[in-house]
Amino acid sequence: MVVLEFRIDRRSGIATYLQIVQQTKQALRLGLLEPGDKLPTAREVVEATAINPNTVLKAYRELEREGLVEAKRGLGTFIRRSLGGSPADSPLRDELADWALRARTAGMERDDVAALFTSVLEQHFEGDGDA
Amino acid sequence: MTETVIEAEGLGLRHGRRGAWALRDVSLRLPEGRVCALVGPNGAGKSSLLTLAAGLARPTEGVIRAASRETLAYVAQDKPLYPQLTVGETLRMGHELNPGRWNAETARRIVEGGALDPDARVRSLSGGQRTRLALALALGKRPGLLLLDEPMADLDPLARHQLMGVLMADAAENGTSVVMSSHILTELEGACDHLLLLDGGRLRVFGPVEEVVAAHRLLTGPAAASGGLAAHTVVETRITGRQLIALVRPRGPVDTRTWQTAEPSLEELLLAHLRSPGAPVFAPVASHTAQGVRA
Repeated sequence: MVVLEFRIDRRSGIATYLQIVQQTKQALRLGLLEPGDKLPTAREVVEATAINPNTVLKAYRELEREGLVEAKRGLGTFIRRSLGGSPADSPLRDELADWALRARTAGMERDDVAALFTSVLEQHFEGDGDA
Repeated sequence: MTETVIEAEGLGLRHGRRGAWALRDVSLRLPEGRVCALVGPNGAGKSSLLTLAAGLARPTEGVIRAASRETLAYVAQDKPLYPQLTVGETLRMGHELNPGRWNAETARRIVEGGALDPDARVRSLSGGQRTRLALALALGKRPGLLLLDEPMADLDPLARHQLMGVLMADAAENGTSVVMSSHILTELEGACDHLLLLDGGRLRVFGPVEEVVAAHRLLTGPAAASGGLAAHTVVETRITGRQLIALVRPRGPVDTRTWQTAEPSLEELLLAHLRSPGAPVFAPVASHTAQGVRA
């Protein structure tokens, strides 16, 4: 039984493999996937979505790298652990919240802050996702 | 090291002794197990390259090596089939022409996916049904290399999606290498991991899609700063008022205070190349070595 169907949006601007990664994580967060569940095989995914098989394999490798799934040779790819909420109280978030407050106090508008943040993000994560 | 399924060097094809060159100076190496989009405007040389790879034409100059006749399947643009045969008879022909190789199960599945009546004559089929049957014949052969010339041209969106799914499933299961041509890129985007752009018989861009995209950046900035672009390989610049948009291959860090950078979509990238026939060719040979090492 296939427990998950991926929805690939070609126009989203998000790399296809990332869409698979994100949708798997979302299914984990929502409890639609549980530890022990088997992800659809690359063949099943590409037959339904008409995307390149390597894209699926890349997504599964990324999920494996993050420790969320485990590939068992000849058997398939299985969920290893579930996902709780995001680390809402991490120190990084606190620092970012401080920064946002300072930006606001300095009189910056929401769009200015977003543009600044995006540009710094681009600078530090350029070409990310090719790993 | 990955095996190579198509290797061309200095490949050229000319129709007649004084005719125009359909293809000129094409050198490339396609590793095994890849799905390659062959794109370019009408008359770019796509069909010429495919017929040369299929061994159906001899190069006027240069060489091309591809999989052998037994392991290669080629579906021409007009999907030649015998109109007087029925669907069932066509599949039996596939079986008899490919002794020991024929995968009746695959062929049957593809045909049944389109609700094709086995007793229907080929001449009575719609364009989409003929494509389906031609693909069944090609994949039933268990090809190592599948060459498809405009395979999706006469299919409705649903049939297109289904058949692309069938192709990808076969690639996933059997590691089939696929080269398919189209002048509509979006038809192939997402399904292909390699890109080959031909234009005017010349190779313009070739490589793994990820590498091709990663090597290019779309810069937006003030037209007055255009001098700063010289540090990079410029594919195209367009100036509107005081704004300049350029597609470049960065040869070092881009000055992000002057230029807003974005990753181009595959379509933007191809259109920029087609609008600028003089832009340098992108076909990094080194990339293929790296690919081989990773595999």
